[in-house]
Amino acid sequence: MKKHLINLFLSCGLLLLCTGGLFASGTVTSSELIANSAEYNGQRVVYSGEVVGDVMARKDHAWINVHDGDNAIGVWISASLAGNIKNTGSYKSTGDKIEVTGIFNRACLEHGADLDIHAQGLRILKEGGQIKRQFDTGKRNAVVILCGVVVILWILTLLLRR
Amino acid sequence: MILKPRLEDLKIIGFYLGKIIFGLALTMAVPIICGLFFKETNPCLDFIIAIEVSLILGLVLTSLCRTDKDLNWMQGMIVVSLSWFVAMFLGAIPLYLSGHWKSFLDACFDAMSGFSTTGLSLVVDLDHLSYTHNLWRHIILFIGGQGIVVIALSLFVKGFSGAFRMYVGEGRDERILPNVIHTSRFIWLASLVYLILGSLALGATGILEGMRPVNAFFHGACIFMAAFDTGGFTPQSQSILYYHSFAYEMITVMIMVLGAFNFKLHYHLWQGNRREIFKNIETVTLFFSILVILSATSIGLVQSGIYDNAVVLFRKGFYQLISGHTGTGFQTVYASQFGQDWNNLALVGLICAMALGGAVCSTTGGIKMLRLGIIFKAFKEDLKRIIMPERAVVIEKFHHIKDTFLNDKLARAALMITLAYIILFLSGALVGMFYGHSFLNALFESTSAAGNVGLSCGITSVGMPSVLKITYIIQMWIGRLEFMSVFTIIGFLGACIKGKK
Repeated sequence: MKKHLINLFLSCGLLLLCTGGLFASGTVTSSELIANSAEYNGQRVVYSGEVVGDVMARKDHAWINVHDGDNAIGVWISASLAGNIKNTGSYKSTGDKIEVTGIFNRACLEHGADLDIHAQGLRILKEGGQIKRQFDTGKRNAVVILCGVVVILWILTLLLRR
Repeated sequence: MILKPRLEDLKIIGFYLGKIIFGLALTMAVPIICGLFFKETNPCLDFIIAIEVSLILGLVLTSLCRTDKDLNWMQGMIVVSLSWFVAMFLGAIPLYLSGHWKSFLDACFDAMSGFSTTGLSLVVDLDHLSYTHNLWRHIILFIGGQGIVVIALSLFVKGFSGAFRMYVGEGRDERILPNVIHTSRFIWLASLVYLILGSLALGATGILEGMRPVNAFFHGACIFMAAFDTGGFTPQSQSILYYHSFAYEMITVMIMVLGAFNFKLHYHLWQGNRREIFKNIETVTLFFSILVILSATSIGLVQSGIYDNAVVLFRKGFYQLISGHTGTGFQTVYASQFGQDWNNLALVGLICAMALGGAVCSTTGGIKMLRLGIIFKAFKEDLKRIIMPERAVVIEKFHHIKDTFLNDKLARAALMITLAYIILFLSGALVGMFYGHSFLNALFESTSAAGNVGLSCGITSVGMPSVLKITYIIQMWIGRLEFMSVFTIIGFLGACIKGKK
C-alpha cells in the first residue's frame, strides 16, 4: 500500500511538472495562429521568435517582424518597447530572440486587415549578434580551377579560329 | 514526310545558344558588384563559379558549332526553348551554392520561377539570405520579364533576320519598331527608366516608413523589378506584408499595372499618344475584367465574413486581385489564408484573374487581354449574324494601336491559345489532385504556375513531391513561352527519332 501511495504521489508530481511547464511557456506558433486565426482573434497570446529585417519606426510605435522558424508575423509595438531590440536578423547577423505578449488580430481594422499582434509586453530571450562567416576555401579552389579551364578553352578557341 | 534534322541544324542551334549563354554570364556580374559593396565574399564566389561554368559552356558551344548561317524559324524556336532551360540550370548554380535551397531541383525551381516571372519560391530562411543572392533572384525576374533572348539581341546581335524568329519564339509577336533589335533596345530603355523612377519612389517610401536607407533603396529596386516584371519575389519572407504600409501597396499596384501594359502601348504613351490607353482593346478589356472579377471576389469575401468593413475588404481583395491579374504574385495575406479564410467564390475569382493575365508583349503570363478581347468580339459578331437579316454584312473591328478588322484567322488563333492554356491549367491541377490536394487548391496553384503569377495557397513548399516541383517547372516554362517554341522542340525531338534522312 505504501509503495502504491509513493507511486501515485510521484505520478501526480510528474504530471504537475509537465502541465505546469506547458502553461508556463504558453507560447503559440505562427502556424497555429494562422491556421486557427478565427479562434485566436482578439485573444491575448504569447508569441516568440527572432526579429528579422528592419525595426520600422512609426511615430510613437514601430513595426517589427518576428520569425519563429515557420513564418514571420508583424508585431505592432510601442517605441519604448522597440528600443529594447538591439539586433535584427539578416545575412550578417542573427536578430534578438524575443517573447511578445499581446493581442492577436486575424484582420486588424487599424492596420488594413493585416494579420498581426499588438504587443503589450516584450521580453528578450536571447540577444542576437554578428554571424562570423569563414572564407570558403573550397569555393575559392573551384574558382581557380574553373578559371584555368576558361583560359585554356579561350586560347584553344583563338587557335581554332586561326 | 518528316525529315531528320541535319548536323548543320544542330550546329546553328548550338552556336546561337552559346551566344545567349554569354549574355547570361554577363548579367551575373551585377550581383558581384552588389556583393563587393556589401562585403559579402562567399556569395561573390558563388557568382564567379556560375560565370565560369557559363563561359565554359558558351565557349564550347560557340567553338564547336561555329557558323555564319542565319536561323530559320524552326531553329530560332528551338534556340529559345533551350535557352530558357539552360538559363534555369546556370541561374540555379549560385542559388544552390548559397545553401538556402535544399536541393539543386529546388534551386532550379526558383530559377525557372524567376526567369518565367512567376514568383513561386522554395527558398529556405529567406530573411537571412545575402544581398548578393537576393539581388540575383530579382535580376532574373527582370531578365525573364524583358526576355532572355531580348538581352542577347540588344547586346550581342548586330542584325540578322533570325533575330525576329527568336523574338517571336519568346512569346512576343509584336514589333514596336520596324527593326526587332531596336524593339529589344526600346524594351530595355523603357524598363531601365521605369526602374530608376520606381526604385526611387519605393526607396523614399521605405525611408518614410522607417526602414534603414540602404535597405529601403535595396528593397525599392528589388520590389520594383518584381512588380514591373510581374514576378512576385520579395526580399523578405512575408511578401508585401513585411512593409505594413498602405503607401507601399499603392505604389506597387501602380507598378504592377504598368508592367501589365503592352510595351507597344508604353511606346505610344511615350510618344505623347495618351488617348491610346482609353481606346486600346487590351486596356479596355483589362478594365472590364478587373471590374467583373473584383465584384465576384468582393461578394465572396463578404460571404466569408473575415473582413469587417468595406474599406479593408476592398484593400485586401483589390490588392490580391491586381497582383493575380497582372501575374505578379505579391501577397498581403498568408498563403494558407486563401484556403481557409477565402470562400470558393473569392478563390474562383482570383483563379480567373490569374488565368487571364495582362497584355501581350508585356511581362505578364496567362491567356492575355488581347485574346480575351478578340474572343469577346468574335462572340459578338456571331450573335449579330444570328440576330440580323441573312443579307446583312456583319463586320467587327477592334482598336489595338491601329484599327483592325476581325477575321476568322485571328479569332481561331486566340481561341487555340486560350484552349491550350486551359488544358495546361487543368493538367497541373490533375497532378496536384493526385497528391491529395483539393480540386480548387490544386487548380489555384497550377493556374498560378502556368499563368506565371506566383500567388500560392500553400501547396508550393520545400516538402512538396519532386514530381509536383517538376510539373510546375514545366508549366512555368510552357506558360512563359506561350506554346509555340515548346511545340517546335517537341516536333524537333520527334523528327530526331522518327525522321528520315
